[in-house]
Amino acid sequence: MLMTIVVELKDQPGQLLKALEPISKLGGNIVSVYHQRDKITPLNRIPVEITIKIDEKKAKNLIEAIKKSGVIVRSYNEVRLTATTSLLLIGHIIHTDLGDTINRIDSTGFAEVVEMHISMPRLNEPSTAMVTISATNEDMLKKAINILRKTCMEKDITVIEPLELQ
Amino acid sequence: MIRIAIFGFGAVGRGVAEVLIEKRDLLNGLIGDYRVVAVTDSKGGIIDENGVDLRRAIEIKKGNGRLPEGVTTLDVIESVDFDVCVEATVTNIETGEPGLTHIRECLRRGIDVVTSNKGPLVVAYKELVRLAEKNDAKLMFEATVGGAMPIIKLVRNDLAGNEIYSIKGILNGTCNYILSRMEKERLTYEQILAEAKELGIAEADPTYDVEGIDAAAKLVILANSLMGMDVKFDDVERVGITNITPNAFEIAMEKGYTIRLIAEVDRVEEILRVSPRLIPIQHPLAIGGTLNAALIKTDTAGDIVVVGRGAGSKETASAIISDLVELFRCRGL
Repeated sequence: MLMTIVVELKDQPGQLLKALEPISKLGGNIVSVYHQRDKITPLNRIPVEITIKIDEKKAKNLIEAIKKSGVIVRSYNEVRLTATTSLLLIGHIIHTDLGDTINRIDSTGFAEVVEMHISMPRLNEPSTAMVTISATNEDMLKKAINILRKTCMEKDITVIEPLELQ
Repeated sequence: MIRIAIFGFGAVGRGVAEVLIEKRDLLNGLIGDYRVVAVTDSKGGIIDENGVDLRRAIEIKKGNGRLPEGVTTLDVIESVDFDVCVEATVTNIETGEPGLTHIRECLRRGIDVVTSNKGPLVVAYKELVRLAEKNDAKLMFEATVGGAMPIIKLVRNDLAGNEIYSIKGILNGTCNYILSRMEKERLTYEQILAEAKELGIAEADPTYDVEGIDAAAKLVILANSLMGMDVKFDDVERVGITNITPNAFEIAMEKGYTIRLIAEVDRVEEILRVSPRLIPIQHPLAIGGTLNAALIKTDTAGDIVVVGRGAGSKETASAIISDLVELFRCRGL
């Protein structure tokens, strides 16, 4: 799942690493790190918003681990994917590295492939997949669709987009 | 007396001639008296300042496959007096010819033009509009997009004062026929294409239709004439329908979708493209057969949907005749 964690860090070298280390230890992927320098606390700490992808089951442990390392966790929550659409892909979907195709969406941090239905009528014939993508909002969904379009153009896969996004 | 010249005497030109014969009484009431003073095709033509016998011209064309030699369209433009030309020659979206020269020469002389030919408009829309303005002539082209389906005059007249955000349309009847048949029969693209050829819905070389070229040309006309854009054919992102499988319809249907070739121009999102799209089956654009349709999004009127027959000689003639009536009725002749 996608989540954001806001931590408060002292303005000293090495502080960020303390917060990031547990993430990689637990197999999480860092999507973005944003220093909110304009929101420095009265105690002179900098809020840092970290967006990550991590297995849902490990989320709790992660927060504990960050706290243990001495970093103040101000808040954390799951990023909700509010915009969803389905697209149809036609072509040699499997043999053009399906994993990679999906990963190009999943690795964005703002969108995920949440459902996929593949049909392979016959060997060596083009297969069809209905792919459902969710993103944090409609603009991000459009971005994700563009990434998919580019990927599929490279792989000679026909993309059939929905008429409208809602 | 309105003097008309018809350039191009294929299905469309003859369709216009037939309507001019059959509906004379009705048309007389709308635009006054008229006569056709010249008819030409690529091989020849007939000139008669007292009025060409259109029935005879149609017979000759049907019998010989051509009009009598010795007359060219350019001869007619140079030497015959007429008020309006119906330009219905064959479309060439690369050069616009021969229609482009015909239209230029007419407009330059202040002669109004009504055309069904996409080529000249795709190649030189801005130039032709300026030429028409400069010479106080009118250029009408309802027949270039959507056949009998009203769209150009609908937007310009009836939706006047609206800002057009986007137009999404089914602008090619051949593709729509193939896709809606694939949806129903779950046969392959090749099988349905063969059927369409047999029925005369698809040409022997279907490239122009199935690769989205025809729809893209129409989209360029809509973008330039209705949305104030200045785009060229090559600006259109284009994907045809040849890769679509019966299987794709099955999968799409599970989620309540069908597939149609949609031409889309969107000024806000900066989209100009022709591509197959997933359409909810209850959506007004999920139409069957050779129909055309368009969904026009506007600021004040909201969404407008039009559906109609997109091709055929009578249908295209309908659009040409409506342009003729608009031209001459508004002048109070």
